[in-house]
This record gives sequence, C-alpha cells and structure tokens, in this order.
Amino acid sequence: MNQKRSFFVLTMMAFGFAFLYIPILSLIVYSFNASRLVTVWGGFSTKWYVALMHNEAVKDAAWLSFRIATMNATGATVLGTLAGLALARFGRFRSRSLLAGLTTAPLVMPEVITGLSMLLLFVAMEQLFGWPDGRGITTITIAHITFSMAYVTVVVQSRLATLDESLEEAAMDLGARPAKVFFLITLPIIMPAILAGWLLAFTLSWDDLVITSFVNGPGSSTLPVLIFSKMRLGVSPDINALATVLVLIVTVGIVTAGLLMARQQKRRELDVQQAIAGNQ
Amino acid sequence: MSRNARAVGDSSPFVLAELMAWIKALGPYRWASNRLRSRGMTGRTAVISVPYLWLSLFFLVPFLIVFKISVSDIRLGMPPYDPLITWASAQVMELKVNLGNYAFLWEDALYRNAYANSILTAGISTILCLLIGYPMAYGIARSKPSWRNLLLLLVMLPFWTSFLLRVYAWIGILKNNGLINNLLMSMGVIDEPIVMLQTNFAVYLGIVYSYLPFMVLPLYTAIEKLDLTLLEAAADLGCRPVKAFFKITAPLTKGGIVAGSMLVFIPAVGEFVIPALLGGPGSLMIGRVLWEEFFNNRSWPIASAVAIAMLVVLVFPIWILQRVQGREMGAHR
Repeated sequence: MNQKRSFFVLTMMAFGFAFLYIPILSLIVYSFNASRLVTVWGGFSTKWYVALMHNEAVKDAAWLSFRIATMNATGATVLGTLAGLALARFGRFRSRSLLAGLTTAPLVMPEVITGLSMLLLFVAMEQLFGWPDGRGITTITIAHITFSMAYVTVVVQSRLATLDESLEEAAMDLGARPAKVFFLITLPIIMPAILAGWLLAFTLSWDDLVITSFVNGPGSSTLPVLIFSKMRLGVSPDINALATVLVLIVTVGIVTAGLLMARQQKRRELDVQQAIAGNQ
Repeated sequence: MSRNARAVGDSSPFVLAELMAWIKALGPYRWASNRLRSRGMTGRTAVISVPYLWLSLFFLVPFLIVFKISVSDIRLGMPPYDPLITWASAQVMELKVNLGNYAFLWEDALYRNAYANSILTAGISTILCLLIGYPMAYGIARSKPSWRNLLLLLVMLPFWTSFLLRVYAWIGILKNNGLINNLLMSMGVIDEPIVMLQTNFAVYLGIVYSYLPFMVLPLYTAIEKLDLTLLEAAADLGCRPVKAFFKITAPLTKGGIVAGSMLVFIPAVGEFVIPALLGGPGSLMIGRVLWEEFFNNRSWPIASAVAIAMLVVLVFPIWILQRVQGREMGAHR
C-alpha cells in the first residue's frame, strides 16, 4: 500500500515538473526554427538571433527595463528590510497589524487594481503639486518599489523569524547600541535573505507588464510592454529567440547566486568552527 | 574580538560601523538626534515609519482616490472626471456623489457575467492547482534532504523567468497548428485539430501553470513541519494510508492549503494577461474589462468602480490570508 502511494506521488511529481518545463523547452526549441510559422519545423537556423541583435527597439527597451529594475530592487530592498525588521523584531507596536496588512496586500492585489490606483494617484499629485511632471521612468520605479517591497519584506521577515535572537541579545548585553547590533550582527546574518530579496525585486520589476502599462508615458516602453504589443499581433519567432536569451540569463544568474551563497554559507560555518576551536 | 566577529560575517559591516561612528561624531547629527529623541522619535520609530509612510502614500491613499473617482461624473477631457467638491460661492460647498457608475455595473449583464466568470475561473483554477500542487509538495517534502533544495529550486525557477513569455509559450502549444495538435495528427489519433486556444480550458491551464509555485511553496512548508510519528502511530493502530491522509495529514497542513489557495485565487480573479492571450471572447474576466474600460473607452470613473467592486469581492479572501500568515509567523517565534 505504501509502495503504491509513493508511486502515485512520484508520478504526480514527474507530471508537475514536466508541466512546468515543457512550455519553456518548446520556446527554446522553436527559437532555432528556420520557418516563420513558429510551430512548423523548417530546419535549424539562428537567423532570429541575428535579427534580434540588430533590433534597436528591443535593445533600448531592455536597457530601460534594466535601469528601472536596478533602481527598483535597491529601493525595495531598503524599504522591505526595514518593514521586515519592524514586523519580526519590534514585538507589538501600535498599528503593527496595519503595517502587516499593508505589506501583505500588494503581494496578492490584482495588478490591474494596483496599476489603476497608482496612476490615479500620480495624476492627482500632478494636479495638486505639479509633481511628477508627466509619466515615465520615475513613476514606473515608484510603482514597482511599492509592489515589490512586499516580497522583500516577506523574505527578510521569515529569515528573521527563524533566526535565534540570543546573538543579538548577547551583543546588547555587552553594551552595543541597537544600530550597532543591527549592522554588526543582524545584517551579516540576514545578508543572503536580503540578496535574495534584491534579486526577487529585480525580477518582478523586469517582468512587470500590467502595472507598467498603467503608469508609463510616451517613449518609456519597457521590455514586457514591447513584447506584449508584439504578441498581440500573433506568435513570431523573434519573440522565441528573445525568450531563450532571457531564460538563459536568468538560469545562469540563479545558479551562480545559489552557488555563491552555498559557498559563503560553508565558509561561515568553517569560521564558526574555527572560532569555537580557538576559544577552547 | 576580530576572530569572533569574523565568525559572524565579513569585514564589510566594520566599514559601515566606522562610517556610522564618523557620522555620529558630527555636530549636526548630534543636534538632530537629540531634538528627535526629545520628541520621542527613536531609531525604532524611524525604522517603522519609513516603510509605513511609503506604503500609506503609494498604496493606501491611491485606493481612496480610486474610490473618489468611482463616485465622480464622467466628463470629456483630461482628466476625464468631474471634481466631487465645487465651491458655488465663498461659503457654499457643493459635494456631489454619483453612485450611477455602480448602478451601471449592476444593471449591465456584461459586468455581472464578467464578475461571475472571474470568480468561477479563479475557483476552478485554484482547485486544479491544489490537486497538482499537493502531491508535488508532498513528494518534495518526503524526498532526501539533499534533493529537497534542488527540487524546490526547480519549482521556483520558472517563477524567475518572464511570466509573459511563459504564457506566450502556451499559444504555440495549444493553437490549431500547434505542438499538441501536430503531434496528435501525425500519430493519427485525430483528423482535425482540437480547438484549445481561446477557450476557458486554455485560461485554466494558463492560471494553473503560472501560479503553481505559489501553491507548492506554502504547502511544502506545512508538510515539512508535519510530525511523521503521528502517521506511524496511525498505521500501527491499523489506519489505512488514505484514511490517515484525510484524518491527519490534511487537517495538520490546513494552514498551507488555505495560504496556497488564497495566493492563487486572489490574483487570479483580477488576472489580465492570461485571459487576454489565451482566452477567447467567451472567457471575459473582470481584469480584462477594467483594462478595456480604461485604455479603450477611456472611462476612468467606470474603471474605478470596477476596481472597487473587485476589491469588495476580494476583501474576505485577503483577510483570511492575512490571518493564516499571521498565525504562521506567530508559530515561528
């Protein structure tokens, strides 16, 4: 009986992973298709990649997306870390549940609602204060920070929740001020979580279509906005080529980040062992 | 000292600490911090208030504005709505609240159908997601520890690649001369292509595919914490595995089930990209209606009313999610 259940579970796992990866694989395979009819195989070709390299619109949009994603990730990480710290370490303060709600809601809020409300805010602010003057890179970045900081908060908060507070308490007992404790003890320990949060915020911004469509202005087409307008005209092989390049970059990035973090973790454990051995 | 500190981290925090000390030695810093502290403003308050202010200004206030515009009159021009408050003379303030936009939504069958269809589509997709996600999460949680992280990474990896492109991949798979139909026709199983693209089926598939990681991760966390001796005890007492699952595993992982379902259901209700790319004219969803009201009809008050009505539907699921997550976080401490 037990054997049978584990067979069922294994089948479902295989099915689930196939379901997750077959579409991505099909995108990659058809990007090397010579035929313009994406799904009818017309021989191997790399011509869509060559076309992609000469496409200035795609390059401009990618550069704009990259700049916005970098600014967004940095802003979201700072704000998200502060919020995560407040929620995980400050006990019960007044209006804690409101802050908790404000950081969870953007995670699940349908993007059309967030996008519409941000745009209406920017329009109202422009009427009242004359800022932001028109819409573009600034408004997109502010909107992205607002929804992606929630993800950083969750990552940092859950890391802090599983972290033993005794290290921080020990430092405090030895007379370190709270700010010093944070920079010397807490920050180095939660650094992997903060980095993960930064990468997550970067990706969310890099991918976002709906919120950007609401808050962008003329001449500020990010990569997803450009891709979506191409998609509405139907499938086309150069989108496949672009998709393959993006998947490749993400995979290399994630694997590198994972390896680096694992190495650092190992080195830290080694350091701890040495420190213990040295004290004895 | 240095060795112990190195055990905790790299040397970079030292630079930060030195920088902090240097800033603190400056006169203006002392003056400002004394002034702030005398008003009860400590570092703690600052840490809380910065994200607080940001989210209030850019997340909370916008909803009030959306609400305000949803009760405004439609007007031609820019911005395309009338102000709520006008000054008839120096002393007389006129407040005009127009509930007509909501009445319009309620009376028009198109909007009612879109709401009903969105909730139905999100509900069906959530259940499908749970049916696929639970065995996956269970299998990952029960595999060897050395495998677990790799499998979790594999679940997360698609989430890191562009959502838009992954939905687009399904067009190539589902369309009439797409991957599935080509395969089935070349094998001689079918003579004519099965119409799959631009159907409700394609929308369910797209939602399940896109949101599966959100379902698997909370389920994994819940299943991993499960005490296995409970299942052994049940087996010793003669309980069949299927019964043990429904009596022990399912109730004890309820938190994960609820959290995962809400993380799928709530954004799925307002989904725009998936119905726009994979759905047909029959699969009208509320996110798409809002988009078209805003971008095609340029009717900001109606779009705002659609958004507020959608929020009313979602308040309850969001509240449940909030409670489950609060409990999870509380359990850690």
